[in-house]
Amino acid sequence: MFENLSHLALQQYWFVIVSLLGALLVFLMFVQGGQTFIFSIGKTKTQRTIIVNTLGRKWEFTFTTLVTFGGAFFASFPLFYATSFGGAYWVWMLILFAFVIQAVSYEYRSKASNFLGQKTFDVFLFTNGLVGTVLIGTAVATFFSGSQFSLNEMNSVTWETNTRGLEAALNPFNLSLGLTVFFLSRVLGLLYFMNTIEHDEIIERTKKQLFINAVPFVVFFLVFVIWLMLRDGYAVDPETGIVSLEPFKYWHNLTEMPLVFVMLLTGVLGVLGGIAWSLLKTTSNGIWFSGVGTVLVVLSFFFLAGFNNTAFYPSSYDLQSSLTIQNSSSSKFTLVTMSYVSLAVPFILAYIAYAWRSINNKKIDETEVTAGEDTHIY
Amino acid sequence: MIESIDTSLIDWSRAQFALTAMFHWIFVPLTLGLSFIIAFMETIYVRTGNEEWKRITRFWMKIFGINFAIGVSTGIILEFEFGTNWSNYSWFVGDIFGAPLAIEGIMAFFMESTFIAVMFFGWNKVSKRFHLASTWLTAIGANLSAVWILVANAWMQNPVGTMFNPETARNEMTNFWDVFLSDMAVNKFLHTITSSFLLASLVVIGISAYFLLRNKHVLFAKRSTVVGSVFGVIAALVTIFTGDTSARMVAQKQPMKFAAMEALYEGQTHAPLVVIGAMRTDTTRIPNPRENFIFKFEIPNALSYMVFLTPSGFVPGITDLVYGNEEQGIMPYSEKIDRGAEAIATLKDLKKAKDRGDQARYASLMAKFDNNEWMGEHYAHFGYGYYKNRPLKELIPNVKLNFYSFHIMVILGMHFLILTVIALYLSLKNKWGNHKWLLWVALLTIPLPWVASQAGWVLAEVGRQPWVVYELMPTISAVTRLSPGAVQLTFWIFLATFTTLFIAEIKIMTTQIKKGPEEK
Repeated sequence: MFENLSHLALQQYWFVIVSLLGALLVFLMFVQGGQTFIFSIGKTKTQRTIIVNTLGRKWEFTFTTLVTFGGAFFASFPLFYATSFGGAYWVWMLILFAFVIQAVSYEYRSKASNFLGQKTFDVFLFTNGLVGTVLIGTAVATFFSGSQFSLNEMNSVTWETNTRGLEAALNPFNLSLGLTVFFLSRVLGLLYFMNTIEHDEIIERTKKQLFINAVPFVVFFLVFVIWLMLRDGYAVDPETGIVSLEPFKYWHNLTEMPLVFVMLLTGVLGVLGGIAWSLLKTTSNGIWFSGVGTVLVVLSFFFLAGFNNTAFYPSSYDLQSSLTIQNSSSSKFTLVTMSYVSLAVPFILAYIAYAWRSINNKKIDETEVTAGEDTHIY
Repeated sequence: MIESIDTSLIDWSRAQFALTAMFHWIFVPLTLGLSFIIAFMETIYVRTGNEEWKRITRFWMKIFGINFAIGVSTGIILEFEFGTNWSNYSWFVGDIFGAPLAIEGIMAFFMESTFIAVMFFGWNKVSKRFHLASTWLTAIGANLSAVWILVANAWMQNPVGTMFNPETARNEMTNFWDVFLSDMAVNKFLHTITSSFLLASLVVIGISAYFLLRNKHVLFAKRSTVVGSVFGVIAALVTIFTGDTSARMVAQKQPMKFAAMEALYEGQTHAPLVVIGAMRTDTTRIPNPRENFIFKFEIPNALSYMVFLTPSGFVPGITDLVYGNEEQGIMPYSEKIDRGAEAIATLKDLKKAKDRGDQARYASLMAKFDNNEWMGEHYAHFGYGYYKNRPLKELIPNVKLNFYSFHIMVILGMHFLILTVIALYLSLKNKWGNHKWLLWVALLTIPLPWVASQAGWVLAEVGRQPWVVYELMPTISAVTRLSPGAVQLTFWIFLATFTTLFIAEIKIMTTQIKKGPEEK
């Protein structure tokens, strides 16, 4: 079945899958966003335990999606993996450390003799929420702003700055996306609390925080989108493969791909609708609207970066070293093989949904985290 | 460019990968094995309805959870490091790693992470049967994850099912099943998985022995020992059998590793097998120092017999492999280096011809890559080409390390088989616990399967040096061009982080073990 597709069609199919994983990852970073409220919403030890435990039932999905996102990129676009990870060494190492300290913190924070104390593990969770979201946002922004690298005849990367990616993390344009992702994940975290926690004080503080965080989210989002539409983009000549700078490239992409335009608008409405609904009415379902909206918005950003003859990982140092869907992918044979595996995705989504519902069918409350030994407590 | 690669960059990059991989491998084998042991225990609980089995299951599940978290958090490091520290390797192998990694992420990781949440949090939320199914699916998911990364590692040891594409300057997959079901992959999977089951079994038996020595939770400890020893005996037998097969494969596919693990310098027929020995480096042989035995105990003919099932088989030594042995048809490394260098130069010429649009030159060079004979004579030695103008000793792995790793692993393997057989026999006779000294042996054995397991990986990886992908890609070409200082810094940060987490892990584990299972 997949054998009959052209190499280009398969490359596009896999770019869509990788983008979908990226979009799901941003949605699932509500776990990271939620972690940044451990101290501001969790005023007592029990309240902190409720927050950590409601997030703790989902942290593995985010973690696994991050690993799979990385793995799928490695598998389908190995030259991107080699170039970005090998090049922007310090940024990826910082992201890595932010995630290494996360997993253990959940399991160890409330265990006896945990050596570092509960507070330290909670600080680790907070750090993961802060550093992980901002840096992943800035790393994705380089898909539009470019990085300073070159590739030799064997496709080996040379990074042209000694700061190895840190310069990109401090670039204002990239930072605007980093902060957008940070505040979005906080907003989603709050909506998730409203969906899963039954605790008056926590929910009251959550509502207050929702407004406080929704404002900077909208501001940074607008800054990023307007800047993106106005900036030069990295266009690829479909005949020669030559990369050049094109004014308003991403605006052109948006107008030339109306479906993506519609997806972006629908997504934005979904995100904002979920927030507004949760602020104005007593509902616990805002997360689903904002969640679906987030997936659509992030998907459309990935499509703007990679489709319509655009280099998705451009080099601002040497334009011709820029990576496109075509020049950075795996062979046709490998993509065909992997495509058969991708058919399992709907099945996997179905069992995730089933397991999610069976665990979240009852809201978490104080009695659950102070209950006896039949409950696994983080 | 390769000639100028700083060996300290390679050494630090390798040290960092070794550190992170070995730390990861402290927790993974225990969770791989424990996941199935727990699943069996819970099955007994569901079938019998006996609450004691639920307590047993929940105790071991707690131990599993403590180790699982740290296993996950150290696992992501390895995935990232392929890109951050071995970027050229990532590109070179991306096409082959693609399918296994995609399957691992999509199928195994999600299965594991979805059902582990049900396993931990679902006791009172889902039905007994759904909970049991989740425990089994967690175990299957965890072990499935291991399949794919081991397939990838087996391919690095013995690259099959692929073809070189000069256009992209890398190997590309031509047959998925050849990669997935290669002898090396199947054997590596069985050996690694069963040795992990063995490790978990020995931990269960050892911790149970601790309770028996203190005369606490006696029923819990005896029942745990029964499950642990049944698992242990089966796992030990398969581990030893696959280990033997693995040695034969190494002898055929990686003769240098085989020679190093036996410290065999001069090849011979009727080669003896060294059972135990100690070595000293003879540094007077410049530029090629070698290891001499201070003492050794050996079995005559056994090495030849092990490889060829006949004592008259010729086992090549390190000297034969480096300098060649015409009589045995072994090509010297100098010749392989020349041929490999020609393959590399041809590839560079091809790229240049393409860039300047020289069609005729491009076609004539491309014809070489389409010619099976030329490929067999030159491309087969591609990796050796990077050693033009570099010392030959860089092509010899660390003999001492390989020798000791191999022998420690084998000797400990025999000890584990004997211990699990005794534990099973006495458990079935309800006499396990009558001999205190045996309980002490079981308790003191707890750290040893880790020693054996790590030794096995040291042998697999250090023995393959200097290759990342056997004979095709050496470390000097695979490494990311970073400043050695940057890698040193991350190495020390990793070491400090791991030490801290390890202390926390051990303290939590020992506290939980001392607390024992939940009271009735």
